[in-house]
Amino acid sequence: MAMLAVSDLHVHYGSIHAVKGVSFEVDEGEIVTLIGANGAGKSTTLNTVAGLLKPSSGSVEFEGEGIVGVPAHKMVSRGIALCPEGRRVFTEMTVRENLEMGAFSRFDDEARESRRRIYEHFPRLKERKLQSAGTLSGGEQQMLAMGRALMSRPRLLMLDEPSMGLAPILVQEIFDIIKVLRETGATILLVEQNARMALSIADRAYVLETGRIVKEGSGADLLKDDDVRKAYLGG
Amino acid sequence: MGFLSNVVNGISLGSVYAIIALGYTMVYGIAKMLNFAHGDVIMVGGYLSFISMVYLGLHPVFAVLIAICGCTVLGILIERLAYKPLREASSLDVLITAIGVSYLLQNLALLIWKSDPKVYPSVIQAEPLRFFEGQLIISPVSLVTVLVNILIMVGLTLFTTRTRMGKAMRACSEDKGAAQLMGIDVDKTISLTFAIGSGLAAIAGVLLCSAYPTLMPTTGSMPGIKAFTAAVVGGIGSIPGALLGGLLLGVAEIFAKAYISTQFSDAIVFAVLIIVLLVRPSGLLGKPVNVKV
Ligand SMILES: Nc1ncnc2c1ncn2[C@@H]1O[C@H](COP(=O)(O)OP(=O)(O)OP(=O)(O)O)[C@@H](O)[C@H]1O
Ligand SMILES: [Mg+2]
Repeated sequence: MAMLAVSDLHVHYGSIHAVKGVSFEVDEGEIVTLIGANGAGKSTTLNTVAGLLKPSSGSVEFEGEGIVGVPAHKMVSRGIALCPEGRRVFTEMTVRENLEMGAFSRFDDEARESRRRIYEHFPRLKERKLQSAGTLSGGEQQMLAMGRALMSRPRLLMLDEPSMGLAPILVQEIFDIIKVLRETGATILLVEQNARMALSIADRAYVLETGRIVKEGSGADLLKDDDVRKAYLGG
Repeated sequence: MGFLSNVVNGISLGSVYAIIALGYTMVYGIAKMLNFAHGDVIMVGGYLSFISMVYLGLHPVFAVLIAICGCTVLGILIERLAYKPLREASSLDVLITAIGVSYLLQNLALLIWKSDPKVYPSVIQAEPLRFFEGQLIISPVSLVTVLVNILIMVGLTLFTTRTRMGKAMRACSEDKGAAQLMGIDVDKTISLTFAIGSGLAAIAGVLLCSAYPTLMPTTGSMPGIKAFTAAVVGGIGSIPGALLGGLLLGVAEIFAKAYISTQFSDAIVFAVLIIVLLVRPSGLLGKPVNVKV
């Protein structure tokens, strides 16, 4: 049984039909990526799984239970964390406070242990733990956003465009971290516009076009696929 | 009255404004709305403590506790019944609702307690302190008001920087969606904010009525509007801003009354505030507003 199973998901913003019958699955221990152009509905899909948006129809099952209608703040304790598009760190709080918020639903000693692990993954955050998050560079903010999402020790981690707006060397660093996370057995649903990088680390991938999934396959296969190369990999 | 006495009275009145301004600023910070009915919660706090002391003959300490509990519940109810259904509505709709709640509270008070002013017995019965041959007279109420204000400011600062719920409150005021993703229950946090703000309004009501002992259904409106202005001048959303704005307003008001004109004191105060806002539109301690496009 898949860890996450989304089937025939439809999401509207008022009269705008943003996601039109999307179905996909994520198995435990996999990295699955959703790629697609701007406005394809990638963020809408993740936000719906996270409970921030209500689908107009369709089902979302996590570990065998339907989670449509579960409020967003209850998803964390069920084991799902979303690192949202645009980072959305709490700029007026310190790095450490941001991490504390990530562990909001956990007990203090667990949170302390999580924080120690995060600082190991992201030593730069440790150096800046008392600095307010708004003063961090873009790359550091992205690391903080990822660290914050990891604080709850999610069984499913969803990352929405973690490489957005970063210099190539930082993009590489972020993807290296994702690889490390995979080695620790994490299950990751990754949304990216940087299709080449995403496909090269993903076990499986789905291509989203204007609210519909138009292609799926292993990351390696889609990297070789002609249509995908033309549309998303620059030929 | 001497200059020093005016300073003390200004700081004391300003402390009351600051405590009220906290309620506006905290609610604005989280719910991004102007809770126009906040001033009337002060009035309810005044009546609740009045009844407890005069009709029920309770000790002032219990009267204050009853007022705080009553207003806390009232604040939570107002949010649940009037504002929560409007979470997705336009800010104009919310403002009109808030004005409606304000009139509702005033008229309910009129029905229950009638329009004749009540003479409020001060919660602190003691002789004024005199210094410098009567140049400086400090009433016990002023002293207590300033001390209570300091306690509240310190307490609230510790709450928002040291406790889990306080930090959750700051997280919500910055980004509700991200806060939800952390597992923070935004509805509960908003309720808590209204509860704290209204509890503080009750304290402000008791202190205000103890210093200016006329209690009427409209008692809360003017201090409410002034404290709101104080919150805006200090920088809405900022706790130190509420303190600074409140003190500034209180001192300006007392000085305008003492040295310029009693009748025009309010006009003078508001003129000063308009000038501050022209120079610093986001308030003294507020952050420049980033308009997102
Ligand atoms: N809050 C909103 N209100 C109305 N329409 C929206 C809203 N958010 C997104 N949309 C629309 O829904 C569609 C899907 O948007 P979504 O943000 O999911 O795309 P995306 O694939 O994440 O794009 P990007 O790569 O630019 O992040 C778009 O057409 C967008 O204009
Ligand atoms: Mg997106």
